[in-house]
Amino acid sequence: MRILYGALLGAASLLAVAPAQAEKLTIATVNNGDMIRMQGLTEDFKAKNPGIDVEWVTLEENALRQKVTTDIATKGGQFDVLTIGTYEVPIWAKKGWLVPLDNLGADYDVDDLLPAIRSGLSLDGKLYAAPFYGESSMVMYRKDLFEKAGLTMPDSPTWDFIADAAKKITDKPGEVYGICLRGKAGWGENMAFLTAMSNSFGARWFDEQWKPQFDQPEWKDTLSFYVDLMKDAGPPGASSNGFNENLALFNSGKCGMWIDATVAASFVTNPKDSKVADKVGFALAPNKGLGKNANWLWAWSLAVPAGSKKTEAAEKFIAWATSKGYLDLVAAKEGWANVPPGTRSSLYANPEYQKAAPFAKMTLDSINSADPTHPTVKPVPYVGVQFVAIPEFQGLGTTVGQLFSAALAGSSTVDQALASAQQASTREMTKAGYIK
Amino acid sequence: MARRISTTHRVTATAAGWLVGFLIFFPILWMVLTSFKTELDAFSTPPQFLFFHWTTENYAIVQERSNYLHHAMNSIILAFGSTAVALVVAIPAAWSMAFAPTKRTRDTLLWMLSTKMMPPVGVLVPIYLLFRDGGLLDTHIGLIMVEFLANLPIVVWMLYTYFKEIPKDILEAARMDGATIGKELIFVLAPMAVPGIASTVLLNVILAWNEAFWTLNLTTVDAAPLTTFIASYSSPEGLFWAKLSAASTLAIAPILVLGWFSQKQLVRGLTFGAVK
Amino acid sequence: MATQQTRTLGRVLLAPSVILLFLWMIVPLGMTIWFSLLRYNLLDPGTESFVGLLNYQYFLTDPAFFAALANTLILVGSVLAITVIGGILIALLMDQPIFGRGIVRLMVIAPFFVMPTVSALVWKNLLMHPVSGLFAWVAGLLGLPAIDWFTNWPLLSIILIVAWQWLPFATLILLTALQSFDEEQKEAAEMDGTPAISFFFLLVLPHLARAITVVILIETIFLLSVFAEILVTTGGGPGLATTNIAFLVYAQALLQYDVGGASAGGIVAVVLANIVAIFLVRLVGKNLDA
Repeated sequence: MRILYGALLGAASLLAVAPAQAEKLTIATVNNGDMIRMQGLTEDFKAKNPGIDVEWVTLEENALRQKVTTDIATKGGQFDVLTIGTYEVPIWAKKGWLVPLDNLGADYDVDDLLPAIRSGLSLDGKLYAAPFYGESSMVMYRKDLFEKAGLTMPDSPTWDFIADAAKKITDKPGEVYGICLRGKAGWGENMAFLTAMSNSFGARWFDEQWKPQFDQPEWKDTLSFYVDLMKDAGPPGASSNGFNENLALFNSGKCGMWIDATVAASFVTNPKDSKVADKVGFALAPNKGLGKNANWLWAWSLAVPAGSKKTEAAEKFIAWATSKGYLDLVAAKEGWANVPPGTRSSLYANPEYQKAAPFAKMTLDSINSADPTHPTVKPVPYVGVQFVAIPEFQGLGTTVGQLFSAALAGSSTVDQALASAQQASTREMTKAGYIK
Repeated sequence: MARRISTTHRVTATAAGWLVGFLIFFPILWMVLTSFKTELDAFSTPPQFLFFHWTTENYAIVQERSNYLHHAMNSIILAFGSTAVALVVAIPAAWSMAFAPTKRTRDTLLWMLSTKMMPPVGVLVPIYLLFRDGGLLDTHIGLIMVEFLANLPIVVWMLYTYFKEIPKDILEAARMDGATIGKELIFVLAPMAVPGIASTVLLNVILAWNEAFWTLNLTTVDAAPLTTFIASYSSPEGLFWAKLSAASTLAIAPILVLGWFSQKQLVRGLTFGAVK
Repeated sequence: MATQQTRTLGRVLLAPSVILLFLWMIVPLGMTIWFSLLRYNLLDPGTESFVGLLNYQYFLTDPAFFAALANTLILVGSVLAITVIGGILIALLMDQPIFGRGIVRLMVIAPFFVMPTVSALVWKNLLMHPVSGLFAWVAGLLGLPAIDWFTNWPLLSIILIVAWQWLPFATLILLTALQSFDEEQKEAAEMDGTPAISFFFLLVLPHLARAITVVILIETIFLLSVFAEILVTTGGGPGLATTNIAFLVYAQALLQYDVGGASAGGIVAVVLANIVAIFLVRLVGKNLDA
């Protein structure tokens, strides 16, 4: 009992200490490396903006999304700056939940933002969130294994080349698998990859009347190709592998190729984290000759919730964190290879960055070749490359992701998976009122 | 009088006990070992048991990035606060159900348990709205209330079960001696109930300590306990197993210490109870 | 014999917890029932309208519903079986004269201290992974092919993880009960030369009956709402292999933000949980009296 009292007293005194003089911003962010670095540089912001204090809430992606969404939708007012993705921004901006970022300062240079990224974060020409880092997806491959197999990776490979190369590299007894791809069910897991892949096959989620398209041949081609490829050349356990599982496999030298987010490039080339750091090459995400590559587009961005009483301070913070000056700051403290990528043209024009980041050109090309408003070959009623920017997508994408992971695990056939996906999405879209 | 125990018995029991203990504990041991590895060693094959490059850099990173003490203190406040409140309410209730049962006692017990059957996810929005309107988001009071109410049925249940084990004739004897109900509670019932109360406290502190749904969704900064500390290390983009292992090791360390002390308490309380 | 005085006192003592729990139950329950009758999406405010039982209709006709129901029952049943049987065996073992008993007990209880998401991540990536996991390495040492846990045995994998987490709970409760077992009875039985097996079934097991009941009922409550472990390991897949009712409700609430649907799912889950509880009480409930 005495221990308990002690603990309570101690806690009470702890709480009494912090004086609430400065204006305090509560910033919700994801626990990815670039944000952690930003958290570490808070002092610089405070020095430049006396009178503003910063409190961080750093969480893993799922937990953060839950909290931030619940809070903004119920107007809980817990946060002053939110870290959200390209999926949320168009939906929330349309609802009037975000403050348009008009006051980022004279030297902010909005036009320096990469056009593809900027258009994904704007509504009616107004910017609703400032990109902190942007990413696309690309092929990362092992140059040594390609050389051994007598293969040369083109800058923009086709799916047929990828499949062929994957089979040639695979050495299952030696635990080298030709290709590692996402398989774990989830709208942001396997469906991010498969939706982007389906775009290059000419498939789409919905036609212009919001009718689901899983009964179309393009989807069947996509899914069969994926399942066959993974059966021939993928690692065991693929149906529960996500980004991090594949990263671990690639970095320990078990994958010949890996198609995933461009930010992975800095992990696989970091000798501290990777056994194959000096053997990695990069190429654009594959295509099928239909004019679309299988690459996605995502930007973790900072936004201010509508109704916040600290809008001015929040915008100051956002301007600081997404400015050119911030890139220089990170470069000075941690080196150019560690600056948040994928947001500003000027960064890619910087020779120092090009030297420090061998993946810079491929990242930029990947980002530029993604178009959120025309993601696939045929016209679509939605925005978003590897997602459909409607509120229902998280749930629907996860359901379809489960069905597709069953096809990968072999517990259902491709046809069964597609039929169930068609049925589930028709049902969901009818319930949500898209299909009358 | 202690029984005579043969040496063979002692040796076999010890061997079997340690083997089982080791097997069950192994995943945690592995996690602790991982916390001293580099991220690259953490998933290398063949796995490295002891002869790897030991490093404390993960702990240094965690130390630098998070305010561990703040979160640990919040965990302690929430876990002990909610358990303490639960005991105050539950001991009388369990006492009355165990020693003055009525026809409805069993139904009441089951009903209490059924209040816990609502999946928390299903009621998040109603609770969030109530908390928002009551100004309880991210406050200790709010979280203690939620944890206390969430665990109350279980506290009542466990106490009820342990109280039932106490032989009634002892109470009768005390009553014959003219003890009042208050004295009966304090001098007769309490000492005999110590092991039961101790294990109830232990279990509920652990349940509250690990409760990740409400604590994650209803706190931001001020009241955020170790569950949010963990959530800031799990599954980022990039390798994280060594850092997550370090963070988890730090998060379970306080409660492991508590487990050690209450484990002793359990045994001691027991020898008291056995003296008749 | 309870006198009138103690009975009144009993009511007074019981009242606070009953009232508090009643409020705790009735307020959210009332709100949930009300929400379950609305079209109410958190991401689409301002469109709330009364839709009657439509949310229930959608939840119950979800193609995943029956698979989820079956998975829930299998998950709860298997974990209960493993933890109760394992818990009794381990509790008996821990009651033996073990050198360093305190440490061994602490090791056995320790899994309970680890947060569910962490233990799921540790099991999935460090132990069960078919390429880089420890189990695959052990299998390799024995010359066996590595088991691809989450592809071929997804539900079993989840069951193992969850059972590992709850084994300590069962052990702790059963051990405490076991220790209240009369030393004199033990001695008497030993002097009589009663064989250990019949001693166990005739004396020990009946003595543990109430503790077992408590373990089953309390664990059931928690196991019915397991979902963090599923989310971080399989995301409910492959297919519906690891989707349970709690995961369906989660998808409604925190992926769709469909408050109406999630509320309906929550109510369905409560009804199901109560059916399970009634069934369990029939099965083991007689141990509650006496």
